[in-house]
Amino acid sequence: MPSGANTSGRQATAAPFAIELKGISKAFGPVQANKDISIAVPRGTIHGIIGENGAGKSTLMSILYGFYRADSGEILINGTPTAIPDSQSAIRAGIGMVFQHFKLVQNFTVLENVILGAEEGAMLARSLAKARRVLSDLSREYELDVDPDALIEDLSVGHQQRVEILKALYRQADILILDEPTGVLTPAEADHLFRILSGLRDQGKTIILITHKLREIMEITDHVSVMRRGTMVGTVKTAETSPEELAELMVGRKVLLEVDKGAPNPGKTVLSVQDLHVRDEHGVERLKGISFDIRAGEILGIAGVAGNGQSELLEALGGIAAATGRIVMNGTDLPLTGATANGQTRREAGIAHVPEDRQHLGLIMDFEAWENVAFGYHNAPEYQKNALLMDNDALRADTAAKMERFDVRPPIPTLPAKSFSGGNQQKIVVAREIERNPDLLLIGQPTRGVDIGAIEFIHKQIVALRDAGKAILLVSVELDEIMSLSDRIAVMFDGKLMGFRDPETTNERELGLLMAGVSEGTP
Amino acid sequence: MDYGTLLQILDSTLRLGTPLLFACLAGLFSERAGIFDIGLEGKMLMAAMCSGAVAFLTGSVWLGLLAGLAGSLVFAGLHGVASITFRGNQLISGVALNFLASGITVLVAQRLFGQGGRTPPLDGAARFNEITLPFAETLRPVPVLGPLYADVISGHALLVYVAILCVPLTWWVLYRTRFGLRLRAVGENPAAVDTAGVSVKGLRFAAVGITGLLCGLAGAYMATALQAGFGREMTAGRGYIALAALIFAKWRPWQALGACMLFGFFQALALRPDVVTAVVQVKIPVPFLDALPYILTVLVLAGFVGKAIPPRAGGEPYVKER
Repeated sequence: MPSGANTSGRQATAAPFAIELKGISKAFGPVQANKDISIAVPRGTIHGIIGENGAGKSTLMSILYGFYRADSGEILINGTPTAIPDSQSAIRAGIGMVFQHFKLVQNFTVLENVILGAEEGAMLARSLAKARRVLSDLSREYELDVDPDALIEDLSVGHQQRVEILKALYRQADILILDEPTGVLTPAEADHLFRILSGLRDQGKTIILITHKLREIMEITDHVSVMRRGTMVGTVKTAETSPEELAELMVGRKVLLEVDKGAPNPGKTVLSVQDLHVRDEHGVERLKGISFDIRAGEILGIAGVAGNGQSELLEALGGIAAATGRIVMNGTDLPLTGATANGQTRREAGIAHVPEDRQHLGLIMDFEAWENVAFGYHNAPEYQKNALLMDNDALRADTAAKMERFDVRPPIPTLPAKSFSGGNQQKIVVAREIERNPDLLLIGQPTRGVDIGAIEFIHKQIVALRDAGKAILLVSVELDEIMSLSDRIAVMFDGKLMGFRDPETTNERELGLLMAGVSEGTP
Repeated sequence: MDYGTLLQILDSTLRLGTPLLFACLAGLFSERAGIFDIGLEGKMLMAAMCSGAVAFLTGSVWLGLLAGLAGSLVFAGLHGVASITFRGNQLISGVALNFLASGITVLVAQRLFGQGGRTPPLDGAARFNEITLPFAETLRPVPVLGPLYADVISGHALLVYVAILCVPLTWWVLYRTRFGLRLRAVGENPAAVDTAGVSVKGLRFAAVGITGLLCGLAGAYMATALQAGFGREMTAGRGYIALAALIFAKWRPWQALGACMLFGFFQALALRPDVVTAVVQVKIPVPFLDALPYILTVLVLAGFVGKAIPPRAGGEPYVKER
């Protein structure tokens, strides 16, 4: 808080800040989501806000956009105290918000989405004509080209995001808040977004960027505020800080950002996938002939923008989706269709699966932790009391031990899964799968929605499993994660593998191009 | 079948299609705003009873119409409170209101008039009488078009013309006005409307209100124009047929006109078994003809009309999220 308080103290003499929050507090029942938050954002700057999940970033921004009312505290816009009881007031105050999940009407055109709620009069024709004019000006000014007559559902995610930005600019927003804007973008799209944001800043707009990606903070922001457990732990100039310092501020202790791993020592081939095809329920081909091998003691990372077939690959390997082609595990062909192609037979073949969507596939959120730990392994002999009954006491004791080893907090086996934070939920799933000592671990988005402290822990577990001579298939949309963990990288695009790369010799640019389907000079 | 018979059937089609059209457009407004309304039937029934009773008691069809609109609006309001304010299940609310309407209409009519749940027959100023359009008789001698104008287009109750005019009006409201844009948006993605600073609840209540008014017109037409008075369960499933027509029309106004008139045509055929027998050269049992509109309804609802994509947020209460 000290820096926040200091900057607001200088405010009387300096030019007014675009946004100034003073002593904002907000509680949801017993949970104090924001505690006495103060922050001052100078006009014409890009201000980053970072913090772990649940640190209170989204709550703070929701207060600024009129979704919640603060219990106490004051909001100053351009030096004027402003009440923001609803989104309409926020828009009037010149605040525009680009949500992580876009608020667009899918079967409307770009123009219709842009004017929605900001129409000129009761008839549409005039609003549409005006929006068309304004949009063409804006797109020229800020590299924000989108076809105004295209339907949203026909646009790529990157273009949809531009529509959200255009919506805010059309409402003459001076202050733009972006919540985790790059989560769904390819590296090239993210670069384009940053160019747009820089352009907006140069025109005097103020931008608040909420993200958990330290790299983005370092790359584009002028100042960065760090939140931890509902409080503002500090605001620093980006030029005067480092990722290590920010991570430490976020977590409250030293964090190892680089994965500490030695050279791989690959052994025999564990998994061999040959010409794998998968069709979805509409008959659309999602995997278009994939072939690769993974050896013991090796991590193969699959990079790619979400939705290019990675999920289907995991599901086919995990026995959830039907496929054609061959999957050979330790020299034996696995069934790809029919009743015997299921998770149970896959586990018997030595495959463990940490699914991408842990809340739907990995856990039953209303079930207690010990019940979740039993799933898939409920027939294990050590969990049986006799021929009929399960030994729940043994299961609970086993769960407690696993929670201890995997640092799950709080280590209470009888708590329902939904009561744990995202990171701790993930640790429960990872503990369940890794502790079975599988020959092959399939792991999808291991750190999605996971705190930076837990990320470090999960990465260590994955590397430890590799060092124990196991094969690992890692699927992640986080390029950093792929680059730091993998021993080999394959890039997936449109259901096909674009090629393999060595993490030591490749770079983000090359991988980004492959992720966008561009293969220049593929060996 | 001669030309005269065809005109008679088309004339009936228009008469019988009108309540369907009102109800279908009513459903269109509600569902386009994301509120499923299976209670069109109940609202029509309420409106029919209220308008029939008040028209008889006052001798004025206009007061009857107002009462019908009010009765339907009350039920629409209940559905709105249940499904918008309290975020209840829209199907359950609609079904409950249908049951309530089915019972309360008969109860009230029986208590007022003691005629077994009917209202006494209406006549004169207590009914919407047929309007002869200008030049109907003058133009009758014109070949083909003359009789079509005089016998099919002319000679209906006022509400029939109102219903037809509601089609372009609905189209215009939906696609050319700010209200229509917001209404369509709230049925597709209420979060987009909410973050744009527009009230989701306000829009949805407005839509539900329009639904109430249009169902009121449908019911009042049934009791004071199509028939002369209210009778127990007189809507006979027209609310559900209108829903089927709405799906058939894929929630679009002009297509709704076509779908409703198709259903109306089948109902009109059921009134003329002799003609059907003459045309197909096979004697078709009358009960089968009576069942035709309902069979068509089942076919439509079972998805035989191709893929109909309902408004994406349909049926889901809107809960604001961060």
